[in-house]
Amino acid sequence: MNAVLILIALVTVGTAIAAMAGRNLLHSVLLLALAWTGVAAFYLWAGAEFAAFAQVLVYVGAISMVVLFAVLLTRRSRDEAAPGPAGQSRALSAVMAAAAVAGVLVGAILRSPLAASPGPAPAVTVRQLGAELMGPYAAALLAVGVLLTVALIGAVVLAAGDRTGQPEDNP
Amino acid sequence: MSPLQFCLIFSGVLFSVGLAGALARSNAILVLLGIELMLNAANLNFIAFWRYGPASAPATGVIFVIFSIAVTAAETAVGLALVIAIHRHQRSIRLQEATRLKG
Amino acid sequence: MSAAATTSESFLERAPLLLRDAVTGFLPEPARWLANSLLSIVAVLAVFGLLFAFLTLAERKILGRVQNRPGPNRTGWFGLLQPFADGIKMLTKEDIVPRAADQLLHFLAPVTLLALSILTFAVIPYGRHLVPVELDSAVLYFFAAGAATELAIFMAGWASHNKYALLAAMRALAQLISYELPLLLSFVPVVLATGTLSTTGIVAAQGGWKWHLIPHWIVFTPWGAAGFAIFMVSALAESNRSPFDLPEAESELIAGHLTEYSGFKYALFFMAEYFGMCALSGMAVTLFLGGWQAPLPVLEFIPSYVWFAGKLLTLLLGFIWIRATLPRLRIDQLTRLAWKFLVPLALVNLGTAAFWSLTSAWSGPLQLLRWAVALVLVAGPFLLLGRGLTAGLGPRTYRYA
Repeated sequence: MNAVLILIALVTVGTAIAAMAGRNLLHSVLLLALAWTGVAAFYLWAGAEFAAFAQVLVYVGAISMVVLFAVLLTRRSRDEAAPGPAGQSRALSAVMAAAAVAGVLVGAILRSPLAASPGPAPAVTVRQLGAELMGPYAAALLAVGVLLTVALIGAVVLAAGDRTGQPEDNP
Repeated sequence: MSPLQFCLIFSGVLFSVGLAGALARSNAILVLLGIELMLNAANLNFIAFWRYGPASAPATGVIFVIFSIAVTAAETAVGLALVIAIHRHQRSIRLQEATRLKG
Repeated sequence: MSAAATTSESFLERAPLLLRDAVTGFLPEPARWLANSLLSIVAVLAVFGLLFAFLTLAERKILGRVQNRPGPNRTGWFGLLQPFADGIKMLTKEDIVPRAADQLLHFLAPVTLLALSILTFAVIPYGRHLVPVELDSAVLYFFAAGAATELAIFMAGWASHNKYALLAAMRALAQLISYELPLLLSFVPVVLATGTLSTTGIVAAQGGWKWHLIPHWIVFTPWGAAGFAIFMVSALAESNRSPFDLPEAESELIAGHLTEYSGFKYALFFMAEYFGMCALSGMAVTLFLGGWQAPLPVLEFIPSYVWFAGKLLTLLLGFIWIRATLPRLRIDQLTRLAWKFLVPLALVNLGTAAFWSLTSAWSGPLQLLRWAVALVLVAGPFLLLGRGLTAGLGPRTYRYA
């Protein structure tokens, strides 16, 4: 275990906590982008180069952008300004539930006989990944492609809504 | 504590943070982001076991993560579209106020 | 920078390596690796910093000549010291931050943008032995770092707490996301043909000549030429260059997300834009124009990094030329161009590239058929989609002009 890993873990968890506890929605999204970068850094540290760059490309480049757009489109509602007493008690119980889950998880991990194989990171090249995706995982790849297409069309239909009869649609 | 255990604890804590966010916040976007964080924690486990776990096919963990990232992207797109649709109907994205199924 | 140079190569080819070894050779092994990395960072920053400085000068000079005026010519010989005068001016200007601004994000935005655009320089092979970092998935790294710059632009627009800046940031995001797609799709055929995501591998795959005359560069195939065109148009839009400079069209839309930036922070944005342009041009050279390979076998005595620099400068001058020539687009025209024209073309191009690599064994008269089919596959969608794009737009008549 080395210092880099501990640093990555601390930064990722810290930014994630700050994002989840923050009052400002936009700061939360930007902090989460940092947390996702931290996860990508962990992938890089573990030797999964392709997964790390895919993570940055998808999460920081695409998902955070879409989330920011959604934040701006729905900004009129000043929701998070003042949580009432009901919200506070709910937050408290949520944190307790999460802490209980964390306690159970950490306890189980520490008790189980997980011996790390001392060997170096399994080297996997992009070519190998491509061959695997096209060979044994080809069906899954097709399914993911179909899923993405369906999700994209569904998202467009949901977000565009019923817009007939609005004059600004006809330039 | 072995490195594998450290990685697993890291991902467990990240999962709990996401869980707390998803349960505590009332803003739909933040709830979605909390779920996102939980998914990331799961991906972290895949990579951790791929790196330290018992030897398996060399690329399995990474491929799982790639598929997981793709599914997450689809999930976020649909989720945010739902948030925007809710906002259009209710003028608010507080989840407490989204109590009607009728649009 | 890696790989021991074989002694059979010319002295000039090995000169950067020899220079590096002369500087860091006396160090023990781990420190030496660190020193080498630092040295390559310093070299990249120095070279591209100077390139940025003189590129601004060249741009102003060329724009001046195109518009029939001399351009800056007062500072130094022929205005050669103008960039440094500009730099001093920017440094000494007052740095104004609006009171309502999000102070931290307002400061972080230019820094993040510049840092991310510098990161993209890490994987471009500048010469036979001049790759700062060799990665197995270098192209993915490049575009991941490039995609993250959008976040910085959004931060700038939002942190300014100015409605024009925020609107412009949204517009910039819409543009950047739209053009990300054709940019990414246009390099996929290259990966398909070369079978690697590493930049050194892609350059190596483009080595050699047909009949000792035509280099095996990807741009000399039908799909490669189309991909190169799509890539360059998207690169223009991604680096906010004219005619796609809507995010900061300073003559019409104030200055977009840069409205509330002044002094050195503005200079940082400016620098990041030029760095982004240089990095994308460098990637275009690597992906399509054969990287550091010489165009003819007899010209191989010229060191590889000179070829790379020449190709890079040609593309950059092309950027400036386009800026001097074309008027700005409207935002709806801009997004329509991306979604209805470039994305379908890039997708069709992927099919063309697949056809090309499937038929690589064809010879004799079949070779002609292969070229004909590929050309039809490239030109047909272009004409059809282009007709759809300009449908209903006749030549404009000026009644009162």
